[in-house]
Amino acid sequence: MTILITTIVITVIGIIVGAGLVFTSKKFYVEVDEREAAVRACLPGNNCGACGYAGCDALAAAIAQETAPVNACPVGGAAAAEKIGGIMGVAAEVGEKNVAFVRCKGTCDVTGTLGNYVGLQDCRSAVMSGLTLNDCGYGCLGLGSCVTACPQGAIQVVNGVAVVDESKCISCGLCTKACPKGLIELKPISKKVRVQCSNKDRGPQVKAVCSAGCIGCMLCTRQCEFDAIHVDQNVAHIDYEKCTQCGKCVEKCPVKVITPPEAG
Amino acid sequence: MVKDTFRGGVHPREHKSLSKEVPLRVYDAKGDMIFPLSQHIGKPARPIVKKNDPVLVGQVIAEADGFVSANIICSCSGKVKAIEKRRIISGALADCIVVENDGQFTPMEGFGTREELNGLTNEEILARIKAAGIVGMGGAGFPTHVKLAPKNALDIEYVIVNGAECEPYLTCDDQLMRLKADEIVEGLEVVLKLFPAAEGVIAIEKNKKEAIAAMEKAVEGKRKIRVQSLKTKYPQGGEKSLIRVIAGIDFPRAMLPAEVGCIVINAGTTYAIQRAVLYKEPLYMRGMTITGDAIKEPGNYFVRTGTLLSEIIEEAGGIKEGVTLKKALAGGPMMGFAISNLDVPTQKVTNGLTLLAEDDAEKAENTMTACLHCGRCTTVCPVGLMPQMMAEAFEFNNLERYENKLYGLECVECGSCTYICPSKRPLMQTFKRAKGEIMQKKREEAAKAAAEAAKAGGAK
Repeated sequence: MTILITTIVITVIGIIVGAGLVFTSKKFYVEVDEREAAVRACLPGNNCGACGYAGCDALAAAIAQETAPVNACPVGGAAAAEKIGGIMGVAAEVGEKNVAFVRCKGTCDVTGTLGNYVGLQDCRSAVMSGLTLNDCGYGCLGLGSCVTACPQGAIQVVNGVAVVDESKCISCGLCTKACPKGLIELKPISKKVRVQCSNKDRGPQVKAVCSAGCIGCMLCTRQCEFDAIHVDQNVAHIDYEKCTQCGKCVEKCPVKVITPPEAG
Repeated sequence: MVKDTFRGGVHPREHKSLSKEVPLRVYDAKGDMIFPLSQHIGKPARPIVKKNDPVLVGQVIAEADGFVSANIICSCSGKVKAIEKRRIISGALADCIVVENDGQFTPMEGFGTREELNGLTNEEILARIKAAGIVGMGGAGFPTHVKLAPKNALDIEYVIVNGAECEPYLTCDDQLMRLKADEIVEGLEVVLKLFPAAEGVIAIEKNKKEAIAAMEKAVEGKRKIRVQSLKTKYPQGGEKSLIRVIAGIDFPRAMLPAEVGCIVINAGTTYAIQRAVLYKEPLYMRGMTITGDAIKEPGNYFVRTGTLLSEIIEEAGGIKEGVTLKKALAGGPMMGFAISNLDVPTQKVTNGLTLLAEDDAEKAENTMTACLHCGRCTTVCPVGLMPQMMAEAFEFNNLERYENKLYGLECVECGSCTYICPSKRPLMQTFKRAKGEIMQKKREEAAKAAAEAAKAGGAK
């Protein structure tokens, strides 16, 4: 008898609760854009924030709501953009993959150090101390703020200057923000001809502090057939829309501060 | 009972005996003088001279640009050599006016003629202080004409002359108070004229007996002015610490001294105000201590702003033989900052140059260990913060907690925590960095909000 009553009571409660659940789930149904989940699956999931959103989930939501372009993820690159484009029904326009590049060649052999900085081993703290660490006031400090900022371990400080491993770089751009000297820039991966100096001083001053620095001599500008390289504030800059990677400026540069086209 | 100190603080070795008894004397620069356009908090001044223009001592060569800004005064006679980027004391490259010094030091007309205070209105006093380019000479360099024009001028209860000089090594304010006691009191009277309800207090640490005696003699018979001796403790001369002692106010968060009825001015600034208002002499010279165990003849000098540090070092006998200069500090060892290039000019706020044969920071770094959580930093913090928690929050990149839970922006960067830390951890440096990052974030957010507001306004 007791068993029977228990069974009935439990069954009745089950039916009532079940009906309630069915009702509420129908009544309060939140419409989910299934595209959002699909887009999220295409994203790399690093949550690096390079797209400008709080993480991959936030970017997926923005893409699904069409407030962000399908190629917004710099890490996923062309592959991810194509897949997301398929989901969203938009043709993905993707540029070339960019990689971080440190515009300084001032290793310990070519430039000297100055001022005995001690304290937090971090470039940003070192800059705040007011000490001039290197003879060159523009170059890489080599304390590795970019190394800690990189989520992929693609940057290493070699002989006093940060060096990027392009195969590991996901072009998130976090290192460009971390560098207090503003030395790191994103460059197209196929364009290997790059100016590896940021010293804005005049030639003789640069010569005095670093044997590898750009002296702003304009030889490269005169050499270029495509009007692609110009000296601005005593440093050469390359316009990659025009540059054909012919390498003539590389040969002519007296201080060899331009990387050759075949550089790895 | 009147308290003579605040909660917390440390007592580092003073090292003041090196230069304490050496009277201030004037040093006239021999070489070219360099005047950075930004020697103060706020906007850099705008140059009003051109290349090859002749200039005189006391001439305004760059004008205040905006409300929080200050004039730059030429301290020598000669002609303008260039207006270009030069390395300044902070190690940065900055716009400077370079003047070729003719060694005559011909002053401007009307320089140094005495005028009486009674004939001047408050506006005239402020205008003269502004024209003289006076900034807070204790180190921060806040334009004095802005500080002395608060909205609630009638509610100011205390005008505190900061003669604490709690920084180890430095003695120039001590000497200034001994030598120019009457002038400082007169300068204070000028300031008190602006604040009719205020009482003038000259605050001096007890380790400067001669200065206290001189000031007490100078204030004899003056109403509304008294001398207050303070316990010898660092950072006694901090604005917040002084207000705690003199007015008994625990300084509220994110407020200015004027909002709690106090104005704090450095003794050197008070002297400069007296010269500017009563003698029409702008700020072209300041007291400065050259000291440390690496210098041959430590001493106190009246140095013209713009003089190269290397020149002053030479005047003080140069570096001792057999000693290598390991560290040069602009200011003292607690609040000062290290400099890597001695061919840079002095500024209005440069109160000292400490040259050391040994770098204690390097030693500290070599013996650094993990935090013991002993809490000694908390007991010495003059603001009542918890440095070890703040450092931890920053290490975990939790700036939100640093700012809002631990009130890390209230840090006055006195360095007491770093001094006391048995694990030799670089606490103050961490906080400087954290504050910098929070302020930058705030600036970025403000810029973003402004851009969005402009966009919304444009859409309408």
